[in-house]
Amino acid sequence: MARQTPLHETHRAAGAKLVDFAGWDMPLHYGSQIEEHHLVRRAAGMFDVSHMLALDVTGPDARRWLQHLLANDVAKLTDAGRALYSCMLNEQGGVIDDLIVYYFDSRRYRIVVNAGTADSDLAWMRKTLEGFDAAIASRRDLAILAVQGPQAVEAVWRAIPGSRNATHALAPFQATEMDDLLIARTGYTGEDGFEIALPADRATATWQALLDAGVKPAGLGARDTLRLEAGMCLYGQDLDASTSPLESGVGWTVNMKTPRDFIGRSALESGSPTRRLAGLVLEERGVLRAHQIVVTPQGNGETTSGSFSPTMNCAIALARVPKEVAVGDRVEVEVRDRRLLARVVKPPFVRNGRVLV
Amino acid sequence: MNIPQDLKYTASHEWLRLGDDGVATVGITDHAQEQLGDVVFVELPEIGRKLKAGEECAVVESVKAASDIYAPVAGEIVEVNQSVVDAPESVNADAYAAWLYRIRPDSAADVASLLDAAGYQSEANKA
Repeated sequence: MARQTPLHETHRAAGAKLVDFAGWDMPLHYGSQIEEHHLVRRAAGMFDVSHMLALDVTGPDARRWLQHLLANDVAKLTDAGRALYSCMLNEQGGVIDDLIVYYFDSRRYRIVVNAGTADSDLAWMRKTLEGFDAAIASRRDLAILAVQGPQAVEAVWRAIPGSRNATHALAPFQATEMDDLLIARTGYTGEDGFEIALPADRATATWQALLDAGVKPAGLGARDTLRLEAGMCLYGQDLDASTSPLESGVGWTVNMKTPRDFIGRSALESGSPTRRLAGLVLEERGVLRAHQIVVTPQGNGETTSGSFSPTMNCAIALARVPKEVAVGDRVEVEVRDRRLLARVVKPPFVRNGRVLV
Repeated sequence: MNIPQDLKYTASHEWLRLGDDGVATVGITDHAQEQLGDVVFVELPEIGRKLKAGEECAVVESVKAASDIYAPVAGEIVEVNQSVVDAPESVNADAYAAWLYRIRPDSAADVASLLDAAGYQSEANKA
């Protein structure tokens, strides 16, 4: 039996097409995935992402433990509410999950992890806690809403009393606590907006207030094409436990500037990347998908995510290719029984409504 | 589920309309387009191609997935709908108007043996 978020009945009533996602019964779309995509690029849309798991980390060693656990360095976080994107690696340097960590003070953090890896993440974290005076609390009592798009911020201000005062000065990747809400200026779409963690019993009323403020619901289908256009990795596709973050386009989040000993570091230092994650824009008709072969003069690569880009009106992909493959190169992608021409670009493809490639 | 009574169907979600000229028009059902979601790409067979019944001959791709289209009956492709290649979303707008190709069946009996609306309804309910 698939798990349900606190908004499940709301989605059914709205006519959502519900599909299994990582063991959760989630809205794929509410009618048209492409319309929902455009809505987020041009106005505002909201996603129920309550399947993601929030974890609260507390204790005197909270910071020291996170510095050991994560490939990015939480010591960079010095302002309360500041957020950091990081990979969590295994000893072999593969990615166990990618996550966001929010800093409140050196004894208190919040982590948000992917739904599909939530249970194994938690088991891994608990194992690594040995010797550290810190505790992890799973927050399944929370719902999480992502309100995204150029009109999202104003809409949230209209929908949630007090939120304007609390968040008007929030910079991107900054969060603030307001009563029992955590409102963060983060997202997974390449647009401005908020991600809001709130008590599950307030999810329905808040969703309705956002609807009343003009925000339309969007499903995980649009979320995927939006994040792909934004050049953001999806765990399980672009990132996985057997691949180095240095070959997955997230090397910039691996912090090796200080001698900090984090899990996976020695493995990363003992190898050198031979591949990298590039963007592809298909120059012929067709649709790129994950796991298609990319033929280049420097050797073969493979697409890790691919789809039709509603904003660009053509197919795009992320692909792991030999590291010598350069931006501007032409490569061939094996699509069904043909080879189609694609151009190599540097992601993101789209940010803040604008095509960048 | 929108399943017109006057068409023939396959279990693989194609519809077929036999014209007075003995040529059959083929598309995908409304149920199929709904399952696929937003259609963004259509690839059609070469005119003149001879097909066996059940042979792969076209592709309809949505944002979500690719779906192979099969020949409902053996025959020869005599026409393709270029306008659906240029506007793939027309399949979502009206799956029975946005035909894909026209095929001249080798045998009229093959057409008669396809599913009727009731038969397709029960197939679609299984899926």
